[in-house]
Amino acid sequence: MAEIKFEEALKKLEKIVEDLEKGDLTLDEALKIYQEGIELSRACSQRLEGAKKKIEVLSKNKKGGFELKGPEESDS
Amino acid sequence: MKQQRQIYTVSEITQDIKLLLENAFGEVWVEGEVSNFRPSQAGHWYFSLKDDSALLSAAVFIRNTRDIRFKLEDGLKVVCFGKIDIYAPRGQYQLIIEKIEPKGIGGLQLALEQLKEKLEKEGLFKQEHKRPIPYLPGCIGVITSQQGAAIKDILKVLDRRFKEARIVIRPVRVQGEGAKEDISEAIKELNLFNESVDRDKRIEVMIVGRGGGSIEDLWAFNEEVVARAIYNSRIPVISAVGHERDVTLSDLVADVRAPTPSAAAELVIPRKEDLKNNLEDLTGGLQNAFANISAGFQQEINGLLHRLHLNIAHDFELAESSFQSARRKLFLLNPAVRIQQYLERALDLARQIFVRAGHIIELKQNRFHKAAGMLSGLSPLNILSRGYSITFAQDSGRIIKEGRQLAIGDSIKTRLYKGELISEVRGIK
Repeated sequence: MAEIKFEEALKKLEKIVEDLEKGDLTLDEALKIYQEGIELSRACSQRLEGAKKKIEVLSKNKKGGFELKGPEESDS
Repeated sequence: MKQQRQIYTVSEITQDIKLLLENAFGEVWVEGEVSNFRPSQAGHWYFSLKDDSALLSAAVFIRNTRDIRFKLEDGLKVVCFGKIDIYAPRGQYQLIIEKIEPKGIGGLQLALEQLKEKLEKEGLFKQEHKRPIPYLPGCIGVITSQQGAAIKDILKVLDRRFKEARIVIRPVRVQGEGAKEDISEAIKELNLFNESVDRDKRIEVMIVGRGGGSIEDLWAFNEEVVARAIYNSRIPVISAVGHERDVTLSDLVADVRAPTPSAAAELVIPRKEDLKNNLEDLTGGLQNAFANISAGFQQEINGLLHRLHLNIAHDFELAESSFQSARRKLFLLNPAVRIQQYLERALDLARQIFVRAGHIIELKQNRFHKAAGMLSGLSPLNILSRGYSITFAQDSGRIIKEGRQLAIGDSIKTRLYKGELISEVRGIK
């Protein structure tokens, strides 16, 4: 679940709501996708709330590797 | 008449002409149509400039070709700046060109048109090559000047829409010397960077651009090397160059063209509020939909339960009545009742036996008496009493029934009703 992209999760959630609204599912099926939907919703919500602001500047070090620094450090 | 003849060598006269021409014209602008364009192996360009009635040889040396942004081709009307020069080995005069401008439109513009045409033919602008922009990218790359207006605008939008986004800035020169190399390198680097980090840290989309400026300022974004770097990027690219009206090659190649850096940021970062609302709506929808479904099932269950109750009541009645009838049957089948019946029957039979046995005994007695009577009638003694006798052989004791059982002289015993006679056979007949 952690791997799933926000957009995919949202799309899946939309599909689940649609399927549920159609209402031609067995109770077992409905319960199953409802649980799935709740998990997706939770994952999306975590994705929204769990994100942290981070601005970094990419540069190459002397060895040719990549370095990420805060904008202040590299503001020369 | 003798005249002083001044005799030049070929070199001398050529040298004089050269000086003359150089003094007369120096540096000139010449307008004409390009024909017979032929670049040399060494990188110099040779061609002719012509108009309706004349032709002028022309050359551009390699050090000057680099400054010419557009592609020279036959038929192109140009204005050239240079010097008239004599090429002594061939006795030819020619225009040594330093600058060329296309006639009518500016050189840059022409170069752009030509490059655009070339890239278009190669398919770099085709819609099918455009990659989709992720909806909520985990990390956004930004390639622009660190001091420019673009990065400030982008960060401002971020703050407004989704403060918590992750941004990786790759600072580049966006104009002047080295800009095109910087930008194209940076695009490649972000792609390389992605290969060096975990999947969740990867840059999912990049904004390449700068704030507004003159067309020359924006030129790096019209460079082929930049356009190709954008085209080859595996990370989707949003171009954001200058203002709305400026359309560069980068814009044409990019997966999405944003009119300005701010607009690019808005494209790539959804409003957190919108996302939250959307998610809440969906989650609410999910719960409602499920509540409806379970309510539906509940109703169905209630209906079934009701019917079940009705059915059970009916079944119960049926069972009750069949129970009652069974009980009646059972009562009739009660063994006590049957025992009584059997007992009565047994007694009845016993009585019958008693009566019948009496009869039988009587019958048997009668038959016995009759038989006894008959038996006494058959007794030999009884027959003897009526005058019959029985004769036995004296020696064997056998009853004599025929005369030939005996021989003359045999002794016989004759039993009479009372007493016995012993006799001797005298004759046999």
